[in-house]
Amino acid sequence: MGAAVFFGCAGIAFGPALALVIFTVAAEPLRVIVLVAGAFFWLVSLLLASLIWFVSVHLSDREDSRLQRGLLLFGAAVSVLLQEVFRFAYFKLLKKADEGLATISEDGRSPISLRQMAYVSGLSFGIISGVFSVINILADSIGPGTVGIHGDSPYYFITSAFLTMALVLLHTFWGVIFFDACEKRRYWCLGLVVASHLLTSGLTFLNPWYEASLVPIFIITLCTGLWAFFTAGGSFHNILKCLSWKQEDDSRVMMYSALQVPFED
Amino acid sequence: MITFMNNSDSEEEPCNERTSLMSAESPPVPSYQDGLPASEAGEVHAHRKRRAGSSRSHNNIADGDMSDPGVPVRESALENEEEELTLKYGAKHVIMLFVPVTLCMIVVVATIKSVRFYTEKNGQLIYTPFSEDTPSVGQRLLNSVLNTIIMISVIVVMTVFLVLLYKYRCYKFIHGWLILSSFMLLFLFTYIYLGEVFKTYNVAMDYPTLFLIIWNFGAVGMICIHWKGPLQLQQAYLIMISALMALVFIKYLPEWSAWVILGAISIYDLMAVLCPKGPLRMLVETAQERNEPIFPALIYSSAMIWTVGMAKPDTAARGPSQQTWDAAEDGRENHQSPSHTDSQMPETRSPVPTRPIASFEELEEEERGVKLGLGDFIFYSVLVGKAAATASGDWNTTLACFVAILIGLCLTLLLLAVFKKALPALPISITFGLVFYFSTDNLVRPFMDTLASHQLYI
Repeated sequence: MGAAVFFGCAGIAFGPALALVIFTVAAEPLRVIVLVAGAFFWLVSLLLASLIWFVSVHLSDREDSRLQRGLLLFGAAVSVLLQEVFRFAYFKLLKKADEGLATISEDGRSPISLRQMAYVSGLSFGIISGVFSVINILADSIGPGTVGIHGDSPYYFITSAFLTMALVLLHTFWGVIFFDACEKRRYWCLGLVVASHLLTSGLTFLNPWYEASLVPIFIITLCTGLWAFFTAGGSFHNILKCLSWKQEDDSRVMMYSALQVPFED
Repeated sequence: MITFMNNSDSEEEPCNERTSLMSAESPPVPSYQDGLPASEAGEVHAHRKRRAGSSRSHNNIADGDMSDPGVPVRESALENEEEELTLKYGAKHVIMLFVPVTLCMIVVVATIKSVRFYTEKNGQLIYTPFSEDTPSVGQRLLNSVLNTIIMISVIVVMTVFLVLLYKYRCYKFIHGWLILSSFMLLFLFTYIYLGEVFKTYNVAMDYPTLFLIIWNFGAVGMICIHWKGPLQLQQAYLIMISALMALVFIKYLPEWSAWVILGAISIYDLMAVLCPKGPLRMLVETAQERNEPIFPALIYSSAMIWTVGMAKPDTAARGPSQQTWDAAEDGRENHQSPSHTDSQMPETRSPVPTRPIASFEELEEEERGVKLGLGDFIFYSVLVGKAAATASGDWNTTLACFVAILIGLCLTLLLLAVFKKALPALPISITFGLVFYFSTDNLVRPFMDTLASHQLYI
């Protein structure tokens, strides 16, 4: 049971992320570097947030559980805000890098566009955030043990896995929207991204009441995904074109071979 | 002896138009480090060499002046192409180093997490004689600092000794030393490692089979590392011996001493490579004066050679052959201008006359790789392995250290592209790694644990 839960939950939590990395990031060196650097930025933000929380806990009364829970809420909110601040800082860095790459490249365009960097940076934040949230839980899921033996929910592992998956996808979408909003100076979009991050994090405080936390989070994920899709330039027409690509290709081939015949004569 | 030992390392690169524009290898800077295994094994010195050299375009990215109208179009186009190639290959070089460093760390962390042997305390090396089992914190700190001082002095003495040997051309002694140390690693340490892995997984194994396995592994390893062999196999062996060495360090260095040693070794590295009278810098300069490659057995080289197109009948027969020594040999025979790994800067400004010759060989494209010394692999893996071993079962610390080291490596390579001379690869990575280890272990871990226990996500 241990290994099955481990592999299942790991697959749920990181399946989409792994697929995205393998198919879109792994082949390009620049994207891999953006991925790792994004993870670094997220880690620094987490470090600062943990420092603030740690200091606040040590300055407070340890016995008061309500106070501790309040401090935890405060720490989580600070962490969310710091993550967004560092996302902005990463945006600035990538913008500068983009300009630098454009200057030294042959045709004046950088080998990686800002949109691609937005996507990869969002993905990196998502992956590292998901990994940090769930890896210890996954490691514990292998070993012997009983879930919820003290009255907690027995669905801890699977809900954690689903939450992680939602978070990874959310970070990716937020990355795309955030960078686009910064580029076009649409500050209300920025505010909305930060607000939705705070909302998502706040909803997890309703755990283990999973209907109230998981379902809204997935709805938020879906909506943010659609928003990011349209921000990145997608449209219904694009989807149709993508799905009907095969037919168009064939017709082109036929035209070409039709052209070829007279030459051979 | 030297001519035998160079091959998996592709030192003589063909100096055609593309490569002469692209490759400007910074002088390699090895640093010698003693790996000190269990004392009953006797005097075994595994040298760590480090060379963060890379092949790059001669043009500095920073000073490419695109907007200058006086520059003829051809030259500026060449410059642009050069710099874009530099940048493209720059990112590629970073990934070419990320992959082996990651693999080495994965091997070390996987072993630490599964095989109990490497986290058990079974004595210490003679180079760290002071025990850390003292009751008071001050005494423990003092002992670890003393251990560090002894270890670093041993390393310095060994490095200086090696530099002197090199200066006075005692090549046979050096090669014998290197062969002996890799022999030890490939046979004895592999035997111990396999033994412990079999014990952990309760695998029944008989001595004849074990002998066969270890004999084959070790013999092929010796040949690949010191003589000729496919590049990927050589890289794999170098990663494996770095991982084995790192595991030995993780087992035999006491806790606090390990961290202080890591810090001290990065400072030593910085000084040895950058100070004018540093042993490593002197070694590099001597090698440059003599136009010789420095010992290939202790440097990880990620060079790749592609033969694209059919310039010669036998390369045609071989087809596109990647990373094999034979192709490199053929490639080298094609080109008339000799070139060496170390002193490429003066030779890589290929003048126009080589172009007519190069047009025939233009189909052949060689990409030089980046070289990183094995000592860097070892110490990166020691840091991550120690984080995995001692961070109270926590994976977050290990991952944070991993990301920190990769970013440090990335920054080091960026600085390499800017300064174009050999740089120490340890300081930035180890500093980031240490900062992240201590802060994640003490600050982030309680935060994330508290959040996880309430199933809260940030």
